[in-house]
Amino acid sequence: MRRVVVIGWALAAPALVVILVFFAVPVVMGLSLSLTDFDLYALADLSTLRFVGLDNYARLLQTPLFWQALGNTLYFVAIGVPVSIGLSLGAALLLNARVAKWQPFFRTALFAPVVTTVVAVAVIWRYLLHTRYGLINQTLGSIGIDPIDWLGDPHWSMPSIILFAAWKNFGYNMIILLAALQAVPREIYESARVDGAGPMRQFTDLTFPLLTPTLVMVGIMTLAGYFQLFAEPYVMTQGGPLRSTVSVLYFMYEEGFRWWNLGYASAVAFMLFFIIFVVSAGLLRFDRDPAGSPA
Amino acid sequence: MNPRLTVWIVNGLLVGLATLSLFPLLWMVSVSFMPAGASSTIPTPVLPATVTLGNYRQLFGNVGMGRYLLNSLAIAVLATIISVSFNVMAGYAFAKLRFRGRDAIFKVLLGALVIPGQVAMLPLFLMLKPLGLINSYGGAIVPAMASIFGIFLVRQFARSIPDDLLEAARIDGASEFRIFLTIIVPLLGPVLATLAIFSFLGSWNDFMWPLIVLTDDALHTLPVALAGLSREHVQDNELMMAGSVVTVLPVLVLFLALQRQYMAGLMAGGVKG
Repeated sequence: MRRVVVIGWALAAPALVVILVFFAVPVVMGLSLSLTDFDLYALADLSTLRFVGLDNYARLLQTPLFWQALGNTLYFVAIGVPVSIGLSLGAALLLNARVAKWQPFFRTALFAPVVTTVVAVAVIWRYLLHTRYGLINQTLGSIGIDPIDWLGDPHWSMPSIILFAAWKNFGYNMIILLAALQAVPREIYESARVDGAGPMRQFTDLTFPLLTPTLVMVGIMTLAGYFQLFAEPYVMTQGGPLRSTVSVLYFMYEEGFRWWNLGYASAVAFMLFFIIFVVSAGLLRFDRDPAGSPA
Repeated sequence: MNPRLTVWIVNGLLVGLATLSLFPLLWMVSVSFMPAGASSTIPTPVLPATVTLGNYRQLFGNVGMGRYLLNSLAIAVLATIISVSFNVMAGYAFAKLRFRGRDAIFKVLLGALVIPGQVAMLPLFLMLKPLGLINSYGGAIVPAMASIFGIFLVRQFARSIPDDLLEAARIDGASEFRIFLTIIVPLLGPVLATLAIFSFLGSWNDFMWPLIVLTDDALHTLPVALAGLSREHVQDNELMMAGSVVTVLPVLVLFLALQRQYMAGLMAGGVKG
């Protein structure tokens, strides 16, 4: 079947060439770039470029703002991922309940924020969170809570962004978890009920163990996505106040495209990749731990 | 628990969640029709006291929103057409055609999924510069022209096509290219639609890459333009809301129209990883 071989390559080639030239090659280039002092001068005249080994990485580890950006990002991930997935799981359980009415409508309504443009909805939320005119503070005011400077107070800026991200994203995992829930045969619950298991027992002993693989998969995907926080602080807080919402990618963007320290910024990108990789691998191991799986 | 009470609690919570999900979007539409400054009063109005199209007139008349809309549309349409074509061809090849190195390449692609796109952005920018692709639609489209996720999606779907069908066509003397166009592409129709909507939404909503590669104001896409405007016009809340409506409405309408295909793709991509 020679012709099958030829046509196979011919059909796969365009996509593979695109991925090779515009993804694989840049990734390798990026790694080399991170070992150089590529900056504004090198952009004008390549002969000024020098190989600096791991200096960029070493310098990064001594930069307080990088540590702050990493801390902010970890804060966003550590709180944002559980909050988002908790909301997704809650919504999926509600939608999957037998007594839920108008399921298609609710599913669409809860999913709608997912397809919207981050920048556009961030503009809306920035105003909902406005200290004086924001509806959130006015609603809180009606039950006697003093106005909070959501985006202007360094203690509240990241929680505000987490709140926004959870609103924007929970629908995505909700659909995946709902599909997993619907794949569980109803009879299992029938027999659990016959055995006298109440709703709580059914959830902890049946639903949750059955969902664990999906939850881990969804957790890793969300984690990797949340580590790439950028547009939200760019629009809502511009990294402030007091740099409390500068994320790793925001830091990379500023170093790379504002100050044109492209070698240094590349080191930031690889550092982020490394961190995402290590944390995801850790989560995956947790999933494969036999102690965690039901017998 | 009382079953009647359960019905009320479950549906009450669903109504609450749906309200929280939709309210910001509905409020955006409402404020976009308010005259300048009307939303900055206490208590903040939920509905406009007087309805005006002034914000939209200003957006398209003075701010040049029409241009940004056109840029977004052109980039998203081009990226969708190219990436759907490339991904369908490759996905079918990986599923049904044996070629040397196929399985090894597939494994490499699978592994490459863990690499975040931002790792490639800085060098890609440097690569595109001498090619004259910075500040061009081409530069914005280039990284979206094929996707590993898209290839996987098509491959999964194409694997269910029976081999006998292809063999029969081959025995009838159809060329491989003809088989692809007249048998495979129509069979892959649903996944094509799924892929198209994912790719369109991805391109339309993308922010970081267009922000980097399109520095010329005349080439800005809607999200890039809106982000810039919102930093300049912090006080012009009503105008910004109209800008958000123009940015969000096209994708929301598209999603509502092609919801079934979208959800199917999400589950295929999500559940099977």
